[in-house]
Amino acid sequence: MAKRQKNRLAEGGCIDRSKPLAFEFNGRKLQGFAGDTIASALLANGISTVSRSFKYHRPRGVFSAGVEESGGLLTVTSGNGDIPIVRSTLTALAEGKIIRSQNCFPSVNFDLGRSLDFSHRLWSTGFYNKTFKWPHWRWYEATIRRLAGLGKLASGEDNTGYFHHNLHCDVLIVGAGPAGLAAALSAANSGARVVLAEQEHEVGGSLLRQAAEIDGLEPDPWIAATLATLRQSGNVTVMTSSTVCGYYDHNVLTIADRSDAGVKRFWKVRTKQVVLATGAIEQPLVFCNNDRPGIMLAASAMAYVHRYGVRPCASMLVATNNDSAYAAAFSLHDHGVQIPAIVDVRENIAPALVQQADQRGIPIMPGSVIIDTAGFRRLSKARIGRLSKDAQTVLPASRWIRCSGIAMSGGFNPTLHLYSQAGGKLHYNVQLACFLTATCAQQVLVAGAANGRFLLPDALAESVQAGAQAAGNAGFECRPVAISTSVAGSYALQANRISPAGDTHRQWVDWLHDVTVADIEQAAQENFVSVEHMKRYTSAGMSVDQGKTSNLNALTLLAGLTDKPIEEVGTTTFRPQFMPLPMGVIAGQRRADFYQPARLLPAHDWHLAKDAVFEDYGAWRRPEYYAGNGKDRAEAIRAEVLSVRRNAGLFDGSPLGKIEVKGPDAGDFLNRIYVNNIQTLKTGHIRYGLMLNENGIIIDDGVCARLEDELYLLSTTAANADRIGGWLEEWHQCEWPHLELLISPVTSQWAVITIAGPDSRYILQSIDSDIDFSAESLPHMSLSTGVFAGVDARVQRVSFSGEMSFEISVAAKHGQTVIEHLLASSAHLKPVGIEAILVLRTEKGYLHVGADTDGTSNALDVGFAGIVAKKQTDFVGKRSLLRARDQSAERRQLVGIEAVDKHENLQAGAHFVTTDGAAQRSEGMVTSACYSPTLQRIIGLGMLEKGFARKGETVTVFDAGRTFSARITDPVFYDPAGERLHA
Amino acid sequence: MLQITCPYCGCRDETEYSFGGESHVSRPAPDAGDAEWSDYLFNRSNPRGIHYERWQHRFGCGRWFNIARDTVSHEIYATYEMGDARPDLPGKADN
Repeated sequence: MAKRQKNRLAEGGCIDRSKPLAFEFNGRKLQGFAGDTIASALLANGISTVSRSFKYHRPRGVFSAGVEESGGLLTVTSGNGDIPIVRSTLTALAEGKIIRSQNCFPSVNFDLGRSLDFSHRLWSTGFYNKTFKWPHWRWYEATIRRLAGLGKLASGEDNTGYFHHNLHCDVLIVGAGPAGLAAALSAANSGARVVLAEQEHEVGGSLLRQAAEIDGLEPDPWIAATLATLRQSGNVTVMTSSTVCGYYDHNVLTIADRSDAGVKRFWKVRTKQVVLATGAIEQPLVFCNNDRPGIMLAASAMAYVHRYGVRPCASMLVATNNDSAYAAAFSLHDHGVQIPAIVDVRENIAPALVQQADQRGIPIMPGSVIIDTAGFRRLSKARIGRLSKDAQTVLPASRWIRCSGIAMSGGFNPTLHLYSQAGGKLHYNVQLACFLTATCAQQVLVAGAANGRFLLPDALAESVQAGAQAAGNAGFECRPVAISTSVAGSYALQANRISPAGDTHRQWVDWLHDVTVADIEQAAQENFVSVEHMKRYTSAGMSVDQGKTSNLNALTLLAGLTDKPIEEVGTTTFRPQFMPLPMGVIAGQRRADFYQPARLLPAHDWHLAKDAVFEDYGAWRRPEYYAGNGKDRAEAIRAEVLSVRRNAGLFDGSPLGKIEVKGPDAGDFLNRIYVNNIQTLKTGHIRYGLMLNENGIIIDDGVCARLEDELYLLSTTAANADRIGGWLEEWHQCEWPHLELLISPVTSQWAVITIAGPDSRYILQSIDSDIDFSAESLPHMSLSTGVFAGVDARVQRVSFSGEMSFEISVAAKHGQTVIEHLLASSAHLKPVGIEAILVLRTEKGYLHVGADTDGTSNALDVGFAGIVAKKQTDFVGKRSLLRARDQSAERRQLVGIEAVDKHENLQAGAHFVTTDGAAQRSEGMVTSACYSPTLQRIIGLGMLEKGFARKGETVTVFDAGRTFSARITDPVFYDPAGERLHA
Repeated sequence: MLQITCPYCGCRDETEYSFGGESHVSRPAPDAGDAEWSDYLFNRSNPRGIHYERWQHRFGCGRWFNIARDTVSHEIYATYEMGDARPDLPGKADN
């Protein structure tokens, strides 16, 4: 049975008392109302301690009523697992919510981690950098990782619907407080397409927490009337529960939209103009033990009363350095919260405010600050001291005042995170003691409190103009609306936020990361005096908060410690995201099968039916081996290799990159691209070639076939097909545009079926075809076209296995039929997967670019010196091969390798190490290794220093802590004379 | 995210394009000295201000073209075809 909401007011607020909502907090069954946030419902139920702090595990309560929340970050259980770090102040309460405190064990009211607080002097800034390095960080890491972090991530499948959308508009207005609403009215009135985005679940912003009269209406009816006008205009989209999180180049902004339950939307908005009506965040005061539950920002305390009909505490001391907190004090008082005193750092207070306080019987303590607070678990009293005349010290006399809460105001700081993200610069305004906009290259206007207009009439007056101006900049006629308001107000801030007395180790600056004044002092003492260094060393402003309540005080402190004005200390750069987002929001639907859509072979279904075991190779899903060929993976691969060596194998090579280059200058062009001479290649013939980048490094290899006089077909490695297509285009368009040719990537238009092995010719000859497969007509490295098994086909006699081999290319749609036809024609033909092909090519010593070569391997390192020397004309990378370093005999060169003990498990990635000299040094690596079923031993390829000259030498191989001996051989282990290849 | 006007297709989002580095870098003849060749390979102007660079409309028409972009503000002052000379940008002095 839900308990009575003991701190709920009988009436008032934007909540619906006729719609109770049951929820659970740390196992307690509680009740709130529709319109509540989680935080307001907890306060209504008199819950003061809601979580534990990050480092010292101190009890923390609800601190604010908005995005700047530091205490009320809670774990909410949904059908989809636990979601940590939910901002309870921004999240609407819903029926049946299960909410838990985080960062505490065993419970939020008794947390063993609090021992870290009692021993806090041991854990000052930088403690782990200094302490946990001996003997090694690893000794401590596990324990520290267990203690660190806020909340726990849910494990298991996330069923939330994450969607990405695009939106285009003329004017995007960020924030639907009074400024945003006024700007929207003017922009819409001017005819612009407007998007108005509000992070809270209802619009109104600061109007929801204050008494005012606008156009003769109270705030609530004015908001309702404004929304109706905007809706009627037909060109305004109002988004609530939608936080603008990022501001990127050329006016692209992103919005995290939580407005649909169970669905998270991420909008990418491209807009002509932006109006930032993001308001300002109230800044906390810094005094000893300023983090106890019950201490909150004054405007937030007022919001709980006005907007949610909740008394945050029974009695609240009000502490301020400006006039704005007086409205909070009076409002709290008028709703039954006892105000023991208003503690004001200023000596001179406006008579009107003094009079209103007197009427309510609230004593004002001018020229005073809070020095300390006391209480166990929750606040019980505060100690007040009087400031000296220069406000630099506190006079000795002080007194304790009983209170259960403190509403504090250190003035406001405009929320300019997005402006900073947009590349805007900020400057410090001494009079308002806050940062304001300076310059920004993007199309952005800033209006209202975000622009330092902290009083409602100023904010409204500015915003109606800003909205119209934004529309005007977007090409519409400026038609600002008129808004009248009768509210008078004053601000009169005195820039003292930091109490000059008390233990600085207990004066919180960053509530979220438990950074205190002492930490900032220590950073300055250790010469971390640049604001960016101080931030990273102390971690002030680095947590979920992102500086919203900590930045200004930390900068003020640093300025004082380094004797510089704040404007010279500067501020840190804000970066996306404005508010933490679940990774799923950013990923959207690009996960699981949609992360990288698989490319399937034309005959995929056939491979599936043949028990192919698939693996992703780049974007392609290809048969690794066929389960039917052996009892396990190794045996199947072995059987497939032997079938190619003894009879014949069928390999689906469709992903092979295929690019056609056509035109009168095609040969000239390719001659500039390949290391090999293409000009001497005759029609109907094929040549193997290497491609280099300008630095002489191998980027791809493959064969180049001359199909017709002016038509060439290039093969690239499967993974490189797109890249090489782009590479050719870039060289043609940017360097040699005068060459007449066209480049067409045709990879997916063809199915490529390779038949390799001594029986391959005999098998092909048994198929109905007009192609002559004889050795005389179709020798190695030549091609023929004709009809094969009833379809048009091109046959290239090329080999990656070292056996006689035919590549049959047919239109992709015929791939499956031709494969079925071939398999049915011979009992000796086995399907083979890509792993068998890789073993076959290793036996033959054929290069696998990217495996045997890396970003340091040039053409000379793989034995191309003769070809390079012979080629007279220029090609990409040629000049680089002439550098002394590229020609050095000391380089790593391609070699074959076999273990001296043939049972030794040679692995790719093992190092060749020197054995002479004091220190062992790597001389290169084993780049490919496999068991060769043909040779019945383990063989490999590698890149070894001076490798060409070391054939026959025995070297030491280091692998996973062991060393063993291996022999350097020629890379070609199988059929070095090429008799089988040319059969 | 930049919005780039392809000289052939019009205004599109950056996601349709790929960046190709500084433009107007001339490739030395094959007999160039080591210093000249290494300057071509490794050194670029990297200015604060106007940068002349080449982009490809990779997921559009496939054409390469040039852009004059301000590296501070990301403002794009001009787009022009491959082979065209750097445009005059009066009043857009280097920052």
